Amino acid sequence: MYLYDSYDQAMVDARVAEFRDQARRRLEGKLTEDQFKPLRLQNGLYLQLHAYMLRVAVPYGTLNSAQMHMLADIADKYDRGYGHFTTRQNIQYNWIKLEEAGDLLADLASVEMHAIQTSGNCIRNISSDHFAGAAADELVDPRPYAELLRQWSSFHPEFLHLPRKFKIAVIASDTDRAAMRLHDIGIQIVKNDAGEVGCAFYVGGGMGRTPMVAPLIKDFVPLDQLITYSEACLRVYNRYGRRDNKYKARIKILVHELGKDEYARQVEEEFAHLQSQGIEPPLAELARIATFFADPAFESGLSTELDRSNPDFALWADRNTHPHKQAGYISAVISLKPVGGIPGDASAEQMHTIADLAKEYSFDEMRVMHTQNIVLPHVKIADLHTLWAKLEAAGLGTPNLDTIEDIIACPGLDYCSLANARSIPVAQKIATRFAEKGRTAELGELKLKISGCINACGHHHAGHIGILGVDKKGTENYQLLLGGSEAQDTSLAKITGPGFDEDGIVDAVEKATDVYLAQRQQGERFLDTYRRIGMDPFKEALYG
Amino acid sequence: MADVLGTSPDEVQFRFRDDEVVDHGTVTVDSFLDQSNATAVRIEPGDDARALLPHLERIALVEVNFPSFMDGRGYSVARILREAGYQGELRAVGDVLIDQLLPMRRCGFDAFAPDQKLDEADAQAAFDRFPHAYQSASDARQPIWNLRHD
Amino acid sequence: MKVLTGNDLKTGLVVWWNGQEWSRHVDDAVDAGDEANVILAREESARRVNAAYAIDATREADGSIRPAHIKDRVRALGPTVRPDLTMKPAEPEALNWVI
Ligand code: HEM
Ligand code: SF4
Repeated sequence: MYLYDSYDQAMVDARVAEFRDQARRRLEGKLTEDQFKPLRLQNGLYLQLHAYMLRVAVPYGTLNSAQMHMLADIADKYDRGYGHFTTRQNIQYNWIKLEEAGDLLADLASVEMHAIQTSGNCIRNISSDHFAGAAADELVDPRPYAELLRQWSSFHPEFLHLPRKFKIAVIASDTDRAAMRLHDIGIQIVKNDAGEVGCAFYVGGGMGRTPMVAPLIKDFVPLDQLITYSEACLRVYNRYGRRDNKYKARIKILVHELGKDEYARQVEEEFAHLQSQGIEPPLAELARIATFFADPAFESGLSTELDRSNPDFALWADRNTHPHKQAGYISAVISLKPVGGIPGDASAEQMHTIADLAKEYSFDEMRVMHTQNIVLPHVKIADLHTLWAKLEAAGLGTPNLDTIEDIIACPGLDYCSLANARSIPVAQKIATRFAEKGRTAELGELKLKISGCINACGHHHAGHIGILGVDKKGTENYQLLLGGSEAQDTSLAKITGPGFDEDGIVDAVEKATDVYLAQRQQGERFLDTYRRIGMDPFKEALYG
Repeated sequence: MADVLGTSPDEVQFRFRDDEVVDHGTVTVDSFLDQSNATAVRIEPGDDARALLPHLERIALVEVNFPSFMDGRGYSVARILREAGYQGELRAVGDVLIDQLLPMRRCGFDAFAPDQKLDEADAQAAFDRFPHAYQSASDARQPIWNLRHD
Repeated sequence: MKVLTGNDLKTGLVVWWNGQEWSRHVDDAVDAGDEANVILAREESARRVNAAYAIDATREADGSIRPAHIKDRVRALGPTVRPDLTMKPAEPEALNWVI
């Protein structure tokens, strides 16, 4: 994985000093809250319901064990012993003190981590495929490109006060595991007809209150123009994105209002101009970064046999693993969705355990998934049983990846000041209901996603089943949505009809799954059946 | 803010040029384009800086107004002018605060006239904060990726 | 009644105006009446509180204070999904008060 050189370290250290100085000026009254807020947000510090919340960047989701141990230590030292892994592949802490935040950032910097640009109206943490560098189906490892973009976007002087937040994702396989087209810019690394590697740019996707799937703006940008083209995309947005209404300020609205062809034309014009400015990094820099992502020392000739004699292990191995490009290896997913637990939360102790296991079994590497789970990307198939036994012992062996128990849920009204309704208790009740009835396995792949308000942090628009918390005259109410997907077949879910109370929404989800079980044809997932039969049979069952 | 005494609203507090300060008033972009003799112009956030590009030769001062520090259009304005070869004074005016000084400087501003006078020591620390920069902009700094491959 | 709440500037913890200072306990809150805006402005500018605002609440028969909106009841108690981290870790039934 990428390691800092003295330049990277100096930048991050300077940022810590800068934040300490900003916090001092706030506490001394030299900065008002209105002036300080955008500064603390650009260091990931929110003010939430119960305290300050800190969002730490995990660039493209990749972590080593020293970093994970530090995240655990931070949970103990500055928070209340736990953290929350998010759909942005980051981690959030819920109980941070402003007066300690500088020390926390310094501790992070000591393991080459930071909270830079994890919030605010700037280019955010770059996300990527959580199986990058391991997946059998990838063209190349997308992370060197993500790292180059991370460096380019860090402290970019022109783009620190954009109309609104800006999220970039980079993938390099046809299977989309990063919701690429639901980002402000989604980049897919592709090969053109001449066999050269380059970037396809999708611009103007996003969730929030007006979800949009990003259209293709340019099908091939050569690697030695990646930064220049990105800069052109951003400059057009910075100048013309709406600033009169924060709900219309995302780039998706600009692309939509201009039309993708006109937006693309303006980018092209800016791009032509910028190409004369010499802002592109030397290709040698991409090559330097790529060396950090070279394969670890995989062994060859390893056994690919799995001993399936223990049925519990066999179930977990079937559910929670992903094929690896190297024979004899596999990617293993640690579910942070124990039935009845809080989706994405991990205690300091669990983080230490995961870090130790990564060191022992996965070349010291972990990935945070946007589904709020953790991947050990490079595990020997021969070690899988031992790994599973250790996970089981630590309560981390839940076999429910991509099932109805593997719910994405935002913090909701338990933590978030923008929420209408709680998300976590609904997730807990649904997972418990299906686990108790033993229906999880029968339902197969079913992606359920819950947001506590229209901002859609829980990706409800992109759930096979989505749930949206709304405020109904001061009480919590939940709308049901069906038919979303954030994979390569991206689609936006549709609302079924009137909302439900907390118990009602759990029943409603069960009714929707009953319709699926009754109507499904051979090999169909919930989403496939919904797409074939449409909304009506579901409405009938829910409201009929 | 701590110290608002002893300064008028558009007094230049920081200047990184040796030439004489331009002290004649600026005109709006629209009236600049109408008047063939104006040499100082003031750009508001919604103005298109590219309209000035044919006339850069005769401009000695461009003021870019930041009515709110949260409106970042002025950063692109500055770079567009510098990229087109503008050499005159580029002055940030309005809601200019300590923590925006360095990014503004990197985008090509070389004079700053904040609405409210800034603490000198805090401002100096902000200008000097980062030893390097990751990316190219409109200042003299070599980006880190060039330094790495010298 | 109108009660005042906000977050402590340094720690971010939820606080309530008790007439003299900011308390961690909602039941200490007093009716700020017409003074609300004056107190909020004064306390914010003295940096004794951050992001403070006035809310509607009622005083119950037992003297306790009940904020009108669920969001402020969550703030008063703590996250309902982590009873151990709330203001009343020993009283799980306190969660019913939120909803
Ligand atoms: C708890 C504090 C949080 C606050 C205040 C917050 C705020 C917001 C807001 C205001 C939006 C809408 C942005 C827009 O449409 O312009 C948003 C979107 C989003 N947030 Fe959060 N969020 C929080 C936590 C989270 C968490 C925990 C996650 C991950 C689990 C997350 C992931 C996202 C994602 C994926 C989106 C959708 C991005 C898009 O619209 O393209 N947020 N958030
Ligand atoms: S979706 Fe709404 S409730 Fe959930 S974290 Fe985002 S802003 Fe908060």
